Amino acid sequence: MNLHEYQGKALFADYGLPVSTGHAVDSAEAAIKATNDIGGERWVVKAQVHAGGRGKAGGVKLADTPEAVGEFAAHWLGQRLVTYQTDASGQPVSRILVESCTDIADELYLGAVVDRASRRIVFMASTEGGVEIEKVAEETPEKILKAEIDPLVGAQPFQGRDLAFRLGLSGAQVNEFVTIFMSLAKLFADKDLALIEVNPLVITDEGSLHCLDAKVVVDSNALFRQPELEAMHDPSQEDEREAHAARWDLNYVALDGSIGCMVNGAGLAMGTMDIVKLHGGAPANFLDVGGGATKERVTEAFKIILSDENVKAVLINIFGGIVRCDLIAEGVIGAVEEVGVDVPVVVRLEGNNAALGRKVLAGSGLNIQAAESLTDAAQKVVAAAGGAS
Amino acid sequence: MSILIDQDTRVICQGFTGSQGTFHSEQAIAYSTKMVGGVTPGKGGQTHLDLPVFNTVAEAVAETQAQASVIYVPAAFCKDSILEAANAGIELIVCITEGVPTLDMLDAKVKCDELGVRLIGPNCPGVITPGQSKIGIMPADIHLPGKVGIVSRSGTLTYEAVKQTTDVGYGQSTCVGIGGDPIPGSHFIDILGLFQEDRGTEAIVMIGEIGGTAEEEAAEFIRTNVTKPVVSYIAGVTAPKGKRMGHAGAIISGGKGTADEKFAALEAAGVRTVRSLADIGAALTEVTGW
Repeated sequence: MNLHEYQGKALFADYGLPVSTGHAVDSAEAAIKATNDIGGERWVVKAQVHAGGRGKAGGVKLADTPEAVGEFAAHWLGQRLVTYQTDASGQPVSRILVESCTDIADELYLGAVVDRASRRIVFMASTEGGVEIEKVAEETPEKILKAEIDPLVGAQPFQGRDLAFRLGLSGAQVNEFVTIFMSLAKLFADKDLALIEVNPLVITDEGSLHCLDAKVVVDSNALFRQPELEAMHDPSQEDEREAHAARWDLNYVALDGSIGCMVNGAGLAMGTMDIVKLHGGAPANFLDVGGGATKERVTEAFKIILSDENVKAVLINIFGGIVRCDLIAEGVIGAVEEVGVDVPVVVRLEGNNAALGRKVLAGSGLNIQAAESLTDAAQKVVAAAGGAS
Repeated sequence: MSILIDQDTRVICQGFTGSQGTFHSEQAIAYSTKMVGGVTPGKGGQTHLDLPVFNTVAEAVAETQAQASVIYVPAAFCKDSILEAANAGIELIVCITEGVPTLDMLDAKVKCDELGVRLIGPNCPGVITPGQSKIGIMPADIHLPGKVGIVSRSGTLTYEAVKQTTDVGYGQSTCVGIGGDPIPGSHFIDILGLFQEDRGTEAIVMIGEIGGTAEEEAAEFIRTNVTKPVVSYIAGVTAPKGKRMGHAGAIISGGKGTADEKFAALEAAGVRTVRSLADIGAALTEVTGW
């Protein structure tokens, strides 16, 4: 689960990390008032969305007057911000962060993530802060400094010192960096994070370190023990259909093809999309109905798939493990009748009681084609959707 | 022959008296798995499914000489259950539960490695040696004792591969679902190494998916360590690039992790890859000459 910058910075502040004074506001009036509360003569205004690349997209600005702060807020609130990390429709802006201005002498990068390969939390630091950091990692990987955290003893100050000296920091900066490193590591472990990123970590004109941005991703599996983070969830940043699906324990991702897919298991769902594509079709979605493909969930899955007007045919691919295919077939029939499906439906059932399930489907009298195999299913649904593209 | 488990493997269940533990233990017993008891704290001394219930894994091991434990407890308690089993002398832990917090797995994995305990999962279908022992939630009747070793990150994709190898009559030596979580207890390379050593395994099917670099590491391992024929499928060629937050994920993977890169790495290692999930059985026939 992603947090907004202002939420991340509130966590940073709780852990004593150096962040700017700021207020997250939801109106132009509140934005102007915030400048008064914060004080000073210049402010940074930042659109709050769950994506990076905001600066280049116009979502971050330096403002010299309270009026300019108000204008920025009035412009962006209620709008959608499109960056290279979002999809084409962008993310809605419902809050603006107004902050005091920081003088920047240099920009560093500092981030941490759970690394699958080393099975550790790995900190990464670089002198090359800013949005080009991915290019730096690809072209000059030696410029990305790393520190692996031992799960049993946690982050140690020597690791912070090592990074600090290799970043070329000196004097008081070294201890400042070690404090930031240790605090971030503690935050990561305390709050069950999946990713934390300070980009840029700036060196101010006075030479001290300051966290100018905060990206925080929480491990969704751990929300049960992080209630205060769960309360920060902003569903407006998620696709409406995806969020609706999640409430039914359905894992749905919208795509731009014409063949709706309903599959049990995430791997098989991807495999089904791949085979549809291989036979010339274009999947309209990824949808994992999970282990218990009951009538209720199949019905809800149909509604979600059919709410996409591009869908011309639906492929249901279920490998019945513990769940019986004849029960799934009955669920599909019930769902088709209830929802009033008016596009062709191809069903491939395999596994537990598959033959009986196919028989149930064939006897339904509905516009449901039973497929004999995975390949047969893919070919039938591509044909039903109007043929290969 | 097989890997990890056979008809003599003595198995206990943690979360034995819960609904999942009960249902799947019944199935396992019906499959002739050598279930010797179960653990549910506070219910020690009772009998469940005609087997003894213990308060702790240590008691269960002392009384039953259990070697393997299957875990069905809720996600919040899995780390504790894994560590309990590992410290009690269990040699093989199979954690079926999904939704285990990642940081819990970092700790559990380090501890299991330190104690020399093999962990499979979490978020996996489990392990089955057809005709001998079934530890997990996979449907029994699609399996056939035989000579293909199957290892996969995904549950239902494993079943597809199993079904195809059964349909063509080759059967399976052992099938291992390593699970789809970021930090699995065992990686592909751990299982590939066991299949290479196992005389009962004549060919290997490996099913991967996008994300992480486990398949790339497996390709390198196969190139230098595996002489048996390997067929591989990677799911997710059509998967969209997700919306992202920040750069750290991309930096750590160095641009790796797409299906195309995984296919390329495996092909370079001499693996026969298939682009269609439906072609696994046919590809096995082709590479083995069976």
